[in-house]
Amino acid sequence: MPEELPLFDVVVIGGGNAGMSAALTASEAGVRVLVLESAAPGMRGGNSRHTRNMRRISQAYPEAEYLADLLKVTGGKTDEQLARIAIRESFPAHAWMQAHGVRFQPALGGTLHLDRTNAFFLGGGKAVLNGYYAAAERRGIRILYNAEVTALNISRGVFESGTAIQNGEPLNFRAKALVAAAGGFEANLEWLEEAWGEAARNFLVRGTPHNQGKILKALLENGAESAGDPRQCHAIAIDARSPKFDGGIVTRLDSLPLGIVVNRNGQRFDDEGADLWPKRYAVWGRLIAMQPGQIAYSIFDSKVRGLFMPSVFPPVCANTIAELAAKLELPVEETECTVKRFNQAVIGGGFDHFRLDGCGTQSLDPPKSNWAQRIDAPPFFAYPLRPGITFTYLGVRVAESAAVRMRDGAASPNVFAAGEIMAGNILGEGYLAGIGMTIGAVFGRIAGREAARATQH
Amino acid sequence: MERRTAFAPSDVAYFANLCHNCGECYYACPYTPPHEFAVNVPKLLAELRAQSYRECARPRWYGAGVALPALALCLVIFLAGTHENAPAAGQFYSVISHSTMVAIFGAATIFVAIALGASLMRFAKGPGASMDSKAFAQALRDAASLRYLSGGDSASSARRWFHHFTFYGFLLCFASTTSAAIDHYLLGLRAPYPFLSAPVLLGTLGGIGLLAGPAGLFFLKRHRDPLIVDSHQHRADAFFLAILFLTSLTGLLLLILRNWTAMNVLLRLHLAVVLALFLTMPYGKFVHGFYRFAALVRYAFEAASSAGRKAV
Ligand SMILES: Cc1cc2nc3c(=O)[nH]c(=O)nc-3n(C[C@H](O)[C@H](O)[C@H](O)COP(=O)(O)OP(=O)(O)OC[C@H]3O[C@@H](n4cnc5c(N)ncnc54)[C@H](O)[C@@H]3O)c2cc1C
Ligand code: HEM
Ligand code: SF4
Repeated sequence: MPEELPLFDVVVIGGGNAGMSAALTASEAGVRVLVLESAAPGMRGGNSRHTRNMRRISQAYPEAEYLADLLKVTGGKTDEQLARIAIRESFPAHAWMQAHGVRFQPALGGTLHLDRTNAFFLGGGKAVLNGYYAAAERRGIRILYNAEVTALNISRGVFESGTAIQNGEPLNFRAKALVAAAGGFEANLEWLEEAWGEAARNFLVRGTPHNQGKILKALLENGAESAGDPRQCHAIAIDARSPKFDGGIVTRLDSLPLGIVVNRNGQRFDDEGADLWPKRYAVWGRLIAMQPGQIAYSIFDSKVRGLFMPSVFPPVCANTIAELAAKLELPVEETECTVKRFNQAVIGGGFDHFRLDGCGTQSLDPPKSNWAQRIDAPPFFAYPLRPGITFTYLGVRVAESAAVRMRDGAASPNVFAAGEIMAGNILGEGYLAGIGMTIGAVFGRIAGREAARATQH
Repeated sequence: MERRTAFAPSDVAYFANLCHNCGECYYACPYTPPHEFAVNVPKLLAELRAQSYRECARPRWYGAGVALPALALCLVIFLAGTHENAPAAGQFYSVISHSTMVAIFGAATIFVAIALGASLMRFAKGPGASMDSKAFAQALRDAASLRYLSGGDSASSARRWFHHFTFYGFLLCFASTTSAAIDHYLLGLRAPYPFLSAPVLLGTLGGIGLLAGPAGLFFLKRHRDPLIVDSHQHRADAFFLAILFLTSLTGLLLLILRNWTAMNVLLRLHLAVVLALFLTMPYGKFVHGFYRFAALVRYAFEAASSAGRKAV
C-alpha cells in the first residue's frame, strides 16, 4: 500500500523560483500548502539555482521598451496579453521578492552588459532559493524532498490526486488545487532526441538533471493545450569538458567572436563576427549541434586572451597551430590551412570588441564580419565546444489567471502552471536574458493566489 | 574578487584574509557538494589563510617548533619560585622584582614587535599593495565595526558580538598595562593600584570582555557547520582562545585575590600566561588581526580607486 498524505489545500510540484513564489503566496492567503520537490535539499530549486538576474521594468527601463525588446526577440510569437502581465507585474514581483528574503546587488561587469534592464541577485539564484525556503519553513509550508511526481489524476480538467516516488516508495497525495512548476524537459535526452535525432545524445544539459518534463507530459496527456515550439530549445556553446548535467553558468564560453571556430574537420562553418555577442551567443548551440559529432573548437591567440571571462577549465595551449591541432586531435594540415586562409583574408583596422568594428575578411567563405584579427601571436589557445541546452520552449497554454487551458478551450478550475512549464506562452522563440525568472516570479505569484482562491469553492 | 579576471599568488593571500568565513557563498553556490565540482570556497580560503600565516611568519625559524618549547620554559621559570614564602598582601614586586619583570617583558615585547612587523611587511608585499590615508581610515572603521563579519543571520551576528568583546577586551587590557606603565614611570605610583585607578578599571572591564568573548567564540565554534571550516586549524584556534581566556581569568583572579596568601602562585601563573601569549603572537592565530587589517586597507584602496574609475 502506498503511503497516503493528508489532504492539502494546494500542492505545488517543483520547488524552483516559480514553485516557491506560488507556495509562499498561497500560504500567505491562508491555505495549507505542500511542496513536492524531486531533488535532495542540496540540489533543490532546479535551474533557478543557476540564475543571476531577472529583467524588470524600472524608471530606466519602461514597460514599452521591455515589450518592444520581447516582440523583437520572439519575432512577435508571443501571447501579448500574458507578456504584458509578465512585464507590468515584474515591478511588484521584484519588491515582493525582496520582502521574501531575496537581496539584490548592483550589476557586476561582464560580457552581456545588462545593468540597466536587469536586477542582479546578491549571491545568485541559490541564495534566492535559500531565502524562499527559509521563509517557507517559517510559515510552516510542508516541503518534501526527493519526491518526484510521476502521475497526475486529472479528470475533465479537474485535478484530483497524484503519485510521487519518494526514496523509491510510492506516495499518494491529494489537494484541492495544483500548481505545476516543474520546469521544462531539457534534461530528458530521449525526449530531446525526438526533435533533434541522435545529435541530442551529445548535448550537455546546463541545468538540473531533475527537469525531466514528467509533469508537462502528464498535463498534455490529460488534455492540456500546448504552447511553444516542441522542436526548439535554447542552446549555447559551452566548454565540451563540462559535466553532462548541471554545469551552470561557469561553462559558458565568450571567446568565439574573438577568434575562429572550427569543426572536427578543422574547417570553419559560420561567421563568428556576425553581430554583437549578446545577440549571437544563443545561436551557437544550434550551429554546433549541426556539425559532425556535435563538437567544435574556438581558436584564438594571445592578443585576445584577457578580453573575455574564461570558463572554469583552462584553455588548451600550444606554441604553433599544428601543435594545437594535434592536442585537440584535429586534422593538422587542414587546421593549419584554415588558419592560414583566414589570416590572409583579414583586412585589418581598428579592432574594438565592444562594438561592431567592421574589421572583417575579404573573399572568405564563410566570412568573419567583425573583430577579424590575424591569429598569429603565440601561444595559441583553444576551447572545445559542445551545445549546452538551457531550456526547452514547449509548455502548457495558460489563461491570465495562470489556469491551464484545456484543448477544448476551457481553463481548468484547479490546475495552474507557472515558470518554465508555461514560458512558451510568452517566448514563442528567442530569448531575452533574465525573463525566465520574471515569468516564474510573476506567474508563480498569480498561480499561488488563484490556487488559494480555487480552494474556497 | 569581482574586480579581477585573473589572480596572482599574492592576490590569493589577500583574498584569503578578506574572507570572514561567514559561509554565505557556500550555501549560495550551486557547485558545492554533492555537485561534482565540489567547490568549497570558505574551507579553501581558510586553508589558504593558515598557509599565509605560516609563510609570512618572521623570523623564518620561528614557529610552533621553537615557540612551544619556549612556552614550556616560561611556565617552568615562573612556577619554579612558588615554594617561596607567602608575600605580603598585594606586594607583587616581592614575588618577582620589578626590574626582572621589565627585563623579561621588555625583551619579549621588542622581539614580538620586530617579528610581527617583519611578518606584516612580508604579507603586505607584492603587486597591487598600495594604500593611502583614506583607505587606511576606511579600513580602521571596517575593522573597528567588524563590518564584514556579520553574515546576515543571527549566528554570525553573535559571532560578531563576541569578537567585539574579545577585541575590545584585549585593547582595554593593553590600555590597562600602558596606563600602569605611565603611573609607574611618569607619576611614580607603585602597584598595587587602588580599585578606582585607571589600570584596575581598564583591566577589569577588558578582562570581563576577554572572558566573555573567547568563551562565546568557543561555544559558537562548536555549532558551526563543519563543512565550511578547516578542521586542521581547530587546535591553533582553541589554543588562541584558551590563552586569551586564561590571560583574563588569571588576571581577574589576581585582582580579587591580591591579598590572598597564595597570591604569589597566581601572579606567576598570570605572568607565565601573558608571556606565552606574547611569545606565540607572531606565528599564532593572533596575526590574523594584522593581516586582515592589511587586507582591509588594500580592499578599501581598490574599492575607492575603482569607484573613481567608474565615475569618469
Ligand atoms: C545555467 C542557467 C542560467 C540561467 N540564468 C538565468 C538568469 O540569469 N536569469 C533568468 O531569468 N533565467 C535564467 N535561466 C533560466 C531560468 O533558470 C529558468 O527560466 C527558471 O529557473 C525557471 O524556473 P522554474 O521555477 O520554472 O523551474 P526550475 O527552477 O528549474 O524548477 C523546477 C523544479 O521542479 C523540480 N521538478 C522537476 N520535475 C519534477 C517532478 N516530476 N516532481 C517534483 N519536482 C520536479 C525540479 O527539481 C526543480 O526544483 C538560466 C538557466 C540556466 C540553465
Ligand atoms: C583588524 C582587526 C581584526 C579583524 C578584522 C579580525 C577579524 C576576525 C575574523 C574575521 C575572525 C573569524 C574568522 C577566523 O576564524 O579567522 C576572527 C576570529 C577571532 N579573532 Fe579577530 N580580528 C581582528 C583583531 C583581533 C584581535 C586584536 C583579537 C584579540 C586579541 C582577536 C581575537 C579573535 C579571536 C579569539 C577569534 C576566534 C578564533 C576562532 O574562533 O577560531 N581578533 N577575527
Ligand atoms: S566572507 Fe563569506 S561569502 Fe565571502 S568568501 Fe568568505 S565565506 Fe564566502
